[in-house]
Amino acid sequence: MNWRATEEKSAKILMAAATAVILSSLLLILGTVFVKGFSSLNLDMITRTPEGGYYLGKEGGILNAIVGSLYLTGGATVLALFLSLPVAIYLNLYARRGSRLASAARFSLDVLWGVPSIVYGAFGFTLLLAFGLRASLLGGIIAVALLIFPIMCRAMDESIRMMPAGLFTASYALGATRLETALKVVIRQCLPGLLTALLIAFGRGIGDAASVIFTAGFSDSIPVSLFRPAATLPLAVFFQLSTPFPEVQDRAYASALILTAVILLISLLSRLLTRKLRKNIVK
Amino acid sequence: MIISPKRIFYDRWAGRLLLALTIAGSLLVVIIAAGLYLRSRPILADYPLADLLFSSSWRPLRGEFGFFPFIAGTFWVTGTAVLIAVPLCLLTAIFLSEYCPPRVREGVKPLIDLLAGIPSVVFGIWGVLTIVPLIQERIAPFFGISSSGYTVLAAGVVLAIMVFPVIIHVCLEVLGSVRRGLREASLALGATRWQTVKKVVVRRAFPGIVAAVVLGVSRALGETMAVLMVAGNVARVPSSVFDPAYPLPALIANNYGEMLSIPLYDSALLFSALVLLAVVVFFNVVSRIVLVRVEKRIE
Repeated sequence: MNWRATEEKSAKILMAAATAVILSSLLLILGTVFVKGFSSLNLDMITRTPEGGYYLGKEGGILNAIVGSLYLTGGATVLALFLSLPVAIYLNLYARRGSRLASAARFSLDVLWGVPSIVYGAFGFTLLLAFGLRASLLGGIIAVALLIFPIMCRAMDESIRMMPAGLFTASYALGATRLETALKVVIRQCLPGLLTALLIAFGRGIGDAASVIFTAGFSDSIPVSLFRPAATLPLAVFFQLSTPFPEVQDRAYASALILTAVILLISLLSRLLTRKLRKNIVK
Repeated sequence: MIISPKRIFYDRWAGRLLLALTIAGSLLVVIIAAGLYLRSRPILADYPLADLLFSSSWRPLRGEFGFFPFIAGTFWVTGTAVLIAVPLCLLTAIFLSEYCPPRVREGVKPLIDLLAGIPSVVFGIWGVLTIVPLIQERIAPFFGISSSGYTVLAAGVVLAIMVFPVIIHVCLEVLGSVRRGLREASLALGATRWQTVKKVVVRRAFPGIVAAVVLGVSRALGETMAVLMVAGNVARVPSSVFDPAYPLPALIANNYGEMLSIPLYDSALLFSALVLLAVVVFFNVVSRIVLVRVEKRIE
């Protein structure tokens, strides 16, 4: 009897310890980035582009990467939306109940979700080669759009699946076609879910470096055309950290802080939006 | 209301368009694999597959492309990460699902999601700032080894933290799918909660837990930036966790600049991306099939 009590107790302690280790790793990472980044963060970092000798420790900032990342991820999110929403609508409104195609598509999207971002980068690179383009904002947008497509699509799919069945029935009973139901009922009712999907995908896209390393290249100026290379925040962090100069490495920490802050902000925003918009929908 | 032909027309054509998009989206994996295969044909034509995969000499300038050091590096790093992550994640998932009050669980879940959202360069920076010096100054000397800190172990620790959210998330769902009645029956027979967990819940959830781990493995296999920053990147087969490693994704990312200037180099790198894709898709398909079965059981 005693052995069982000891076993119970030690298992409990072990489990609590494991949970503590995992949560403290999160705190440790955020803490390190904040402490290290905050001391080298200044206004120049976010208002100026790199000037001559920036990577040797001279004046400048990473505005090019901040704007580049926003353009690139924004473009990719819009592109992914045009692919994701139709697929999510097809899976839920057009596909028949228990359709083989729908379950195969969901399965394939789940597998696609697991494909590493470097593979999307390499594939994007082969696309660029095929069309004779060089690393550019457009190339980055396409690679990141493919990367976030399965994430966005499955999130939208789940959100439409949660919709009360009565709403579909009511809409069809009024004589609406599936297309009309999709545009006038589903999109309105699922707006919070769809927006959350959009933001999750945006957050994933803005933090990813491996997919843009071949496809978007890097540039010290703010991109003015789709066919010119564009800088991105994760790559700015990476390049600054690989220089041998401590001043530039400090800026890498500050850039990492900016990137982390953007991502935390997006995750906060999606939570708030979901809560705010929830009052407009039928439960 | 009369349904006008125009409305039916729109509905039909929208349906066809959506179907086409759905099929295209589902075939994306195949399209990616085909694109990479097309580009890796030149190297496959010149070298036998076995040589590429199992030769250890990597001298692109002399035209020797042996990927074995990179493949071995990938598996060393992933193996280390899994050894660290699995016990921790399993204990945490059991704690969250079986022991702690629901309020705590709902409080912890968003934190784990937060961990999933942190970009991999940030993990990399953290690894460089804390794990690498820790290994260099404390852990390696403790074992009487001198090491730069940029090692398999460093990459394993960073990767382990990166796969925590994947494994915990799936484990929680799988554990949640075990019927309540089974637990109650076990407790009613006089088993302690831990015995119930050990002999009933985990046994019942075992396939799903394996699937969760496999999903974590496939995530770790393809992780690039963080590993690139802490693994040391030396093209040799590691013989201990204190050796540097050069995993496949790091190889691809590190050489994007020069790959068009050396003959066959781009083909070799895109071939390695294809190998990576094949391995990851295999692991993913296996674990998803198990998970779909688990899901069916709930319904």
